[in-house]
Amino acid sequence: MSESTVQIALVLPDLLGTYGDFGNAVVLDKRMKWRGISSEIVTVNFGEPVPETCDIYVVGGGEDTAQTLAVRHLREHPGLQRAVTRGATVLGVCAGIQIFGESFTRADEITHPGLGLIDSTSHAGGSRAIGEVLAKPAHGLFDGVLTGFENHQGRTVLGPAARPLAHVTVGTGNDGKNEGAVQGKIVCTYLHGPVLPRNPALADMLIEWATGRKVEPLELPAVTQMRAERLKAAGQRAEV
Amino acid sequence: MSSKLSQKMGLGAGGMIGGRVALKLDPQALRRLASGKHVALVTGTNGKTTSTMMLARAVGALGEVATNHSGANMPDGHVTALSKQPDAPYAVLEVDEGYFPAVAVAAQPSVAVLLNLSRDQLDRVGEVRTIERSLRDVISGLQNCTVIANCDDVMVTSAAKDARRVVWVATGTGWHQDSASCPRCGEPIRWQGEHWTCTHCDLARPKPDWVTSNGHLIAPNASKVELKLRLPGVFNQANAVMATAAATKLGVPIEEAVRRLRGVSNVAGRYRSIIRSGRAARLLLSKNPAGWSETLTVVKEAEHPAVLVINANEADGRDLSWLWDVPFERLRGRRVVASGERATDLAVRLTYAEVEHTIVPDPMKAIDSLPIGPVEVIANYTAFRDLNARAADE
Repeated sequence: MSESTVQIALVLPDLLGTYGDFGNAVVLDKRMKWRGISSEIVTVNFGEPVPETCDIYVVGGGEDTAQTLAVRHLREHPGLQRAVTRGATVLGVCAGIQIFGESFTRADEITHPGLGLIDSTSHAGGSRAIGEVLAKPAHGLFDGVLTGFENHQGRTVLGPAARPLAHVTVGTGNDGKNEGAVQGKIVCTYLHGPVLPRNPALADMLIEWATGRKVEPLELPAVTQMRAERLKAAGQRAEV
Repeated sequence: MSSKLSQKMGLGAGGMIGGRVALKLDPQALRRLASGKHVALVTGTNGKTTSTMMLARAVGALGEVATNHSGANMPDGHVTALSKQPDAPYAVLEVDEGYFPAVAVAAQPSVAVLLNLSRDQLDRVGEVRTIERSLRDVISGLQNCTVIANCDDVMVTSAAKDARRVVWVATGTGWHQDSASCPRCGEPIRWQGEHWTCTHCDLARPKPDWVTSNGHLIAPNASKVELKLRLPGVFNQANAVMATAAATKLGVPIEEAVRRLRGVSNVAGRYRSIIRSGRAARLLLSKNPAGWSETLTVVKEAEHPAVLVINANEADGRDLSWLWDVPFERLRGRRVVASGERATDLAVRLTYAEVEHTIVPDPMKAIDSLPIGPVEVIANYTAFRDLNARAADE
């Protein structure tokens, strides 16, 4: 892959871009460019076919209606699913974790089939989980604490083929214990912020998966400082 | 006294507590106070305060107007405004979009102005489609109301379409990112130039009655009037044309409405300049991605350095994800200072936008850190409020 440009597909930002999810694509793109890796963002809008040849797919969060439409669109244009079969790297945020699973059940108790890319089911929880989250990455996937902001009603149960991304120390995540999911090269999370600006180590893990090469650390003082501030703020939430 | 108390407690400009007490004592207060008046309600995500002020100025041509100038746009603010001028025959009220259904039912407006709908404080206000649906439901039931609606906004068009009477205004402004799919049937919306249409159902851009065009308005009678506003930006031209269309509906002649509203130059401290140790800092308020996007267009007109001030208190929304929806890339090459309680989050966004910047969390010190000359200061809600209060103290 090193001979060509790494393509980041920003999937349906006009439906699933409610929470600044564009930021995740920007962070991947810049962190590659600043290290001399050629990369570009390919935006796939609602109504357009989904390419199957991109290296990384970024799917964001959205409202209920938008989520249903997105699933339908991704079924009609199964480029993402084909790319997964090929071994592409995928990041799914919030709605992403729900639509990539086997099924998701709304507050109205109607169950919608998901794309079946992740061994998980999601359902509406009693209350909306809103606020800062801290979680410890599972299986030593990446360094540091996972930080983000959650705003969702869904609760997610993982099956045996999926592993949690992290274990929650502050906030709710999937179920108050686990946060997100990892299966093959698919990573899902409930966290906004957006998640990759907050967690450069996670961004670099995705870049390494997609390019197959190790990347050098990138020192960005503002990012380090923001992480320190957010960790402190979430810690205060824990004490309340 | 309670108004004084409210100011003392730092709860705002004192426009709320009196109304809150009145509502507690009499839940029907708003209905009672509004009855017998010609009421105009102004709602939408952005431009409410400015449009309300413009409309109140214009309607002043007809008689005394009760209005909530301070932006106290929830029912207690409305009760306060109406109680202060019980004999005014007209009322022009800014209404928070979340409270619009309740206020409209109580106040039975003769005119409702729907400016625009876009994402704003998702953790507090909720999602755009939910708001659209609640506006649509109440508007279709209003008996004697003419809705003045922005037909360049898909969400507003859907919310207004079922009203008994609608006046459509082409504002030339619109945030398209929340309307990829039709609010009525969910299918994609297709844009061709200024025209838009749903690919499945009959929702489409209506033919406008009023048009905003390059600093002018074109009225339904085809007359063209130059706006000559003192406020900057295309979005304020849009606010002015919406206000003129509403004022005309209440009986103000077009020319007179425009003459009156063009005098608006300072909206609750917005757009005014403060002089600080040789630096003329213009204060601009932006609360959400659509607002920031418009404001960045205004500051683009001059290459002055900019101080950007970001807080994330309850009233701002605690989730700052929206910073990534704002095209800060447009500030590349300019001198920028990241400021506010969440200056660092903004600095991260600017870093990835490749905008050079310094971080000075105190906004006054941020202004002082720049060379002597004009400065643009853009702040979100509580940051702006605090900055204005401090500017008044100094």
